[in-house]
Amino acid sequence: MMDSHDMENIPLIVGANYSITPKVTVRNFSASFNSTKVLRNINLEIFPRERLAIIGPASGGKTTFLRSLNRLNDLDFDFSMEGQVLLDGKDIFSPDVDVPELRRRIGMLYAVPTSLPWSIYDNIVFGPRMSGIRSRSRLDAMVENSLKAAVLWDEVRDRLKEPAMNLSGGQQQRLCLARVLALEPEVLLLDEPCSGLDPISTAKIEEALVELKSKYSIVLVTNNTKQAARASDRTAFFLMGELIECGLTKQVFTNPKHNRTSQYITGHFG
Amino acid sequence: MRISPANTQRMAVTFLWSLALVTVGVLMFIIAFIVFKGLPHVTWSFLTEAPKSMGREGGVFPMIVGTLMVTGLAVLIAAPIGVGTAIYLTEYTRESRFTHVIRFGADCLAGIPSIIFGLFGFVFFGMVLGFGFSVISGAMTLTIMVLPTIIRTSEEAIRAVPASYRDVSYGLGTTRWQMVTRVVLRSALPGICTGVVLSIGRSISETAAVMLTAGSTLNMPKSIFDPSRTLALHFYTLSREGISMNMAYATATVLILTILAINLFAYWLMQRFVARAK
Repeated sequence: MMDSHDMENIPLIVGANYSITPKVTVRNFSASFNSTKVLRNINLEIFPRERLAIIGPASGGKTTFLRSLNRLNDLDFDFSMEGQVLLDGKDIFSPDVDVPELRRRIGMLYAVPTSLPWSIYDNIVFGPRMSGIRSRSRLDAMVENSLKAAVLWDEVRDRLKEPAMNLSGGQQQRLCLARVLALEPEVLLLDEPCSGLDPISTAKIEEALVELKSKYSIVLVTNNTKQAARASDRTAFFLMGELIECGLTKQVFTNPKHNRTSQYITGHFG
Repeated sequence: MRISPANTQRMAVTFLWSLALVTVGVLMFIIAFIVFKGLPHVTWSFLTEAPKSMGREGGVFPMIVGTLMVTGLAVLIAAPIGVGTAIYLTEYTRESRFTHVIRFGADCLAGIPSIIFGLFGFVFFGMVLGFGFSVISGAMTLTIMVLPTIIRTSEEAIRAVPASYRDVSYGLGTTRWQMVTRVVLRSALPGICTGVVLSIGRSISETAAVMLTAGSTLNMPKSIFDPSRTLALHFYTLSREGISMNMAYATATVLILTILAINLFAYWLMQRFVARAK
């Protein structure tokens, strides 16, 4: 849970347009697979136009948390949850929610770049097409805009019809980003998006994130504390399924409230 | 005496190479033997005329038509059911006692001798459902016979599609059905086609099961409710009853060439699908 100290500071870092109403509110959220609890009573807000980094050692529930926000865990028969996740004040787990629509509003980028075995173009227009968009000119525009936003357009503009699998790992990850952006989501979930990438590709993804921040709320799960420090506004530290602390990145990294946080950040475990 | 690793390697390669040679060699020998004996008798009139005097003379046109009808119908019924079952088992349900029963049943079905299927088809489709000796009886019997092959090969092909593709598809806001049809089946298609081609081969060459269900008339089937004799059964009858070995080999040649043509066509179709999917 954020305290009032954090609330006061956010407007300073995210600019004048900042509105205090959270985009996503997570309330008393717990999750389990079979009977193993992986998340315990998480309370967290994600604000519009902020980059929230989630850090913590492996199997701390970071990915489960992320996959809960767009209900991808639902697909696992062993998954069960309690609590609430509100998107613009509406519970995403309520029965009348259109789940495909929800997933278009909350886009996700995975750790391993996964291009579908089609052309670059078909990869990007897949989501929009499945949502019913048929107009060729609209799709063309989407491809160009999303590739530009993902800092990939200049590299692939002449070979949109080529198989996406021919791209390098870093390019594929940016293609995956473009594919999500084509759906014009409101929230972007990034699950260790740079874990398998070289430093230059990582820099390009981070470059894209800076731009994207002006339009989306971004949640970045990362194993790389340095990345969290340089590419986020706020940082949440997850340990063994619990949210240990959440605050402004600068504060979490320079003056963490909890001993465990400071030990993790300084590399004593994890 | 110890054999050096390099020599072990050489021996292994030679050994494996000869095993492969035996496989291909036996196949080639059978095909060559039959085609050598049969091809001289395969004339245009043999392909286009009806048999005369029990098949001692004339051609096999009604058998070609019957074979295509029985096999075609069997695959037309079996493929949707089989692929549908595979989709259900892999994408729409979790592993449970029920799916194990379905899978176990399919595996048992695959091990049953075809004459048993023939007997079942004769009693069930022929007598209980009243289709008698007919193309439809034969086709439905073959359907049950090839279903396990189609289910299991389709299931393998669908399972081989990376789980990450499903995550990506869901993440982009597709429904389960869109995910299955646009992503999974598109990638699994070559594997599914392989299963279908295998089952075409199995139905086209089946003798025992069709003898008891499709009948053994020499007449041309005019509809799927007419009896029909397939090429494989015709070959069996001609040789078993010593009617004409020349005609039997000619029939076998036509059968082999038909299977070859179907496989090549299916292979070509598959290549095209794969190329288009990329």
